[in-house]
Amino acid sequence: GTITVEFGVNPFRGHKLEPPPAVATTTKEELLNFFKQMTLWRRVEVAADNLYKAKQIRGFLHLYNGQEAIVAGYESVLNKDDHVITAYRCHANFMGRGGTPFEVISELTGKATGCASGKGGSMHMYKRDTNFHGGNGIVGAQVPIGAGAAFGLKYNGKPNVCIAMYGDGAANQGQNFEAFNMAALWKLPVIFVCENNKYGMGTSAERAAANTEYFTRGDAVPGLKIDAMNVLSVKSGFAFAKEWALTKGPILVEAETYRYMGHSMSDPGLAYRTRDEVAAIRAERDPIDKVKLYLLENQLATEEELKEHEKEIKRTVDEAVKKAADAPLPEAKELYTDIYTDMPYYVRHTNIEDSLVVEK
Amino acid sequence: VNITVREALNQALDEELARDPSVFVMGEEVARYNGAYKVSKGLYDKYGDKRIIDTPITEMGFTGLGVGAALAGTRPVIEFMTFNFAMQGIDHIVNSAAKLRYMSGGKINVPIVFRGPNGPPTSVGAQHSQDFAAWLASVPGLKVVVPWNCDDAKGLLKAAIRDDNPVCVLESELGYNETYALSPEAQDADFTIPIGVAKIEREGGDVTLISYGRQVGNCLKVAETLSSQGIDVEVINLRSIRPLDVNTIITSVRKTGRAVTVEEGWPQHGVGAEIIAQINEHAFDYMDAPVERVAGCDVPMPYTKVLEDVAMIHPDNILRAVQKVANRGK
Repeated sequence: GTITVEFGVNPFRGHKLEPPPAVATTTKEELLNFFKQMTLWRRVEVAADNLYKAKQIRGFLHLYNGQEAIVAGYESVLNKDDHVITAYRCHANFMGRGGTPFEVISELTGKATGCASGKGGSMHMYKRDTNFHGGNGIVGAQVPIGAGAAFGLKYNGKPNVCIAMYGDGAANQGQNFEAFNMAALWKLPVIFVCENNKYGMGTSAERAAANTEYFTRGDAVPGLKIDAMNVLSVKSGFAFAKEWALTKGPILVEAETYRYMGHSMSDPGLAYRTRDEVAAIRAERDPIDKVKLYLLENQLATEEELKEHEKEIKRTVDEAVKKAADAPLPEAKELYTDIYTDMPYYVRHTNIEDSLVVEK
Repeated sequence: VNITVREALNQALDEELARDPSVFVMGEEVARYNGAYKVSKGLYDKYGDKRIIDTPITEMGFTGLGVGAALAGTRPVIEFMTFNFAMQGIDHIVNSAAKLRYMSGGKINVPIVFRGPNGPPTSVGAQHSQDFAAWLASVPGLKVVVPWNCDDAKGLLKAAIRDDNPVCVLESELGYNETYALSPEAQDADFTIPIGVAKIEREGGDVTLISYGRQVGNCLKVAETLSSQGIDVEVINLRSIRPLDVNTIITSVRKTGRAVTVEEGWPQHGVGAEIIAQINEHAFDYMDAPVERVAGCDVPMPYTKVLEDVAMIHPDNILRAVQKVANRGK
C-alpha cells in the first residue's frame, strides 16, 4: 500500500514560487529500492576509495558519499527520456541512469571495458541511450550545456526535462547566469540543481558567495530549496520541479546536502571543517540511515532483511572489482579512435616515425 | 552566375535549413536584424523564430547551450558576430565540443558548426582584428575550414553543417563583399566540399604558394604577375586547416622543391609554422631552398591607417617572398 510521510520540519523553501506541501507518498517497494540503490552507490565509492589507495586508480577521484539521496530522489521522478548532466562527481549519476558498477570500476581502473573505454576516467562517464551527458571536469561548464539539452528537447517537441547539476562552488561561475537568463527567456524545460554540500574544495560557502541562498540566485528563475539528505523530500521536490519545468519553464533547485569525504583523494577533508562536524551529520542525517529508519519504523523490513541486502550488494561490488581487475586494457590503436566520427588518415605521434598514416 | 561570398554563405544556410529540420541558426542579431554582417539575411522571414534564434550577448552561454542542443538531437549553427568574441566561449569549443567524443570513448558526438567572420578587417583596432585559424586548428577533435571564394564558402559551410563533428567555419569580413562566379556544380543543393582536402587552384612547377582564405586571391594575382617573369607558381588553397591536407602539400613541394606560406595571422606558432614543420618532416630532402613564410606582423593590430597598412599582408609581400625563394641557389 501507499505510505504517506509528513516531514517534521518543512524541507522546502521557495523563491518566486509557492513550495509544495511538506509531505511525501511512497511504498514499501520504493523505499527498499532507494535503500538498495544508495547502498550500492556508496559501496562502489568505498571500493573506488580502496582501489585508489591501492594505486589501481590514478589521477582525479571525487566521491559522492553522503549525497546519494539527490540522485535516488530525482531518478524516482525522471524517466530515461529525460536528460541529466552533472559535474565531475558523477559516478552515482551514471549508475542512476542505468550504468553498472563494473562499467564504473573498469573505467576508473583504465580498462577497455570501462564506460568510456578507459579514455574518460572518473570525471567523464556518459550514457547516450539514457541521455546522461556526463561528467564534466570544467567547473560550471555543464550548466549551459544542460540548458542546451533542454533547448533540444523543446526544439524537438519532447515532453521531457533536463537536469543540470552544479555545486555550491560552481554556483559563482558567470556562465550559470548566462544559462539562467536564456532558459528564462525561452522557457526551457530545465531543472538547474545546485548541490550545496557546503564546501567548494576547501572553501566554505560563506567564504565564496555573497549570497549563500543558492535557490534565490536564478533571478527570474524561480527556486526551490530542498532538504536533500532525505530522499523522500528530494522525491517530492523533484516531482514538483519536473512539473514546473514542463509547464512553466526553468526552475532552480538547491539541494542541501553534505559530502563526507574530502573534495578529492588529495584532500583529507579536515583542514577546513572539524571531524565532529562530519561525524555529527553522518550520525544524524545520513540519507541511507534515514530510509532504513522509514523501513523499520513502518515495519516494512527487518534489520535482518536489510543486512541481507547489504551483503548481496557488497558481493555485487566485490565481483565487479574482481571482474574489472581481470578485464583487458585498451589496445594501443585505440589512441587514434574516437577523435572524430571519421577516422583521420594522419595523426602525428610523439615521434614522426610512429605517426599514424592511413594510405588513401 | 556571379554572387558575393556573403550570398554564397546565405545560400548554404538556406539550403541546409530547408533540407534538415534539425538544423537551426543561433547567435547575436541573426534573426530580426538579419545578421550583423547580413549573412543570415532573409532567413528569419523564411524559417521563423524556431529555426533562426536571436540570443542575448552571452557568448559563453550560447556556445555551451549549442553544444547541449547538439547532444539532444539537433544540429546547431552558432554564429559569432566575429570570432574575436568566440574567445568568451572558447572553453566550450575546446573542452566541450572538441573533446566529448574522445572522452566518452566514442559514445557521444557533437554535430555543431561555429561560424563567423575571422581575420583582420580594417581600422577596427587590436581586439577586432585577428586570425584564429592556428589557435583553433591546434585542437584535436575540432575541424577548421576557411573558405576563399563562393564555391568554397557554399561547399564548405554545407559540408560543415552535415558533418557529425564540431566544425569551425572561419569567414573573412573583408571577403564577404567579394564577388566570384558560382560554378554550375555549386548551384546544386547537394553540393559540398570534402573537409580535409586542399585544392590546387593553379598548377605550376617552380614554387608552391600555400595559403587559405582571402589571401588565396592575392596569391593567384601574384602567380599571374610572376608568370610573366618566368616563375611558374603552383597555388594551394588549403580550404581546411584541420584536418590539414598534408598529402597535397607534400606532393606539391616534392615537385617544386620550393615553397612559401601565406597567412593573415601572427607568425609565431602559426599555420605557416606548422606547414614548414610538416615539410621538414616529410620533404626535407626534396627542398632546394628554405621555405619562406608571409604572415601578419607580430604585433597587436594598430588602429591608424599608416601603421595598420604596414602590419597587414599585401600582394607585394607575397611577390617578394616568392621571388626570393625562386631565385635562391640559381
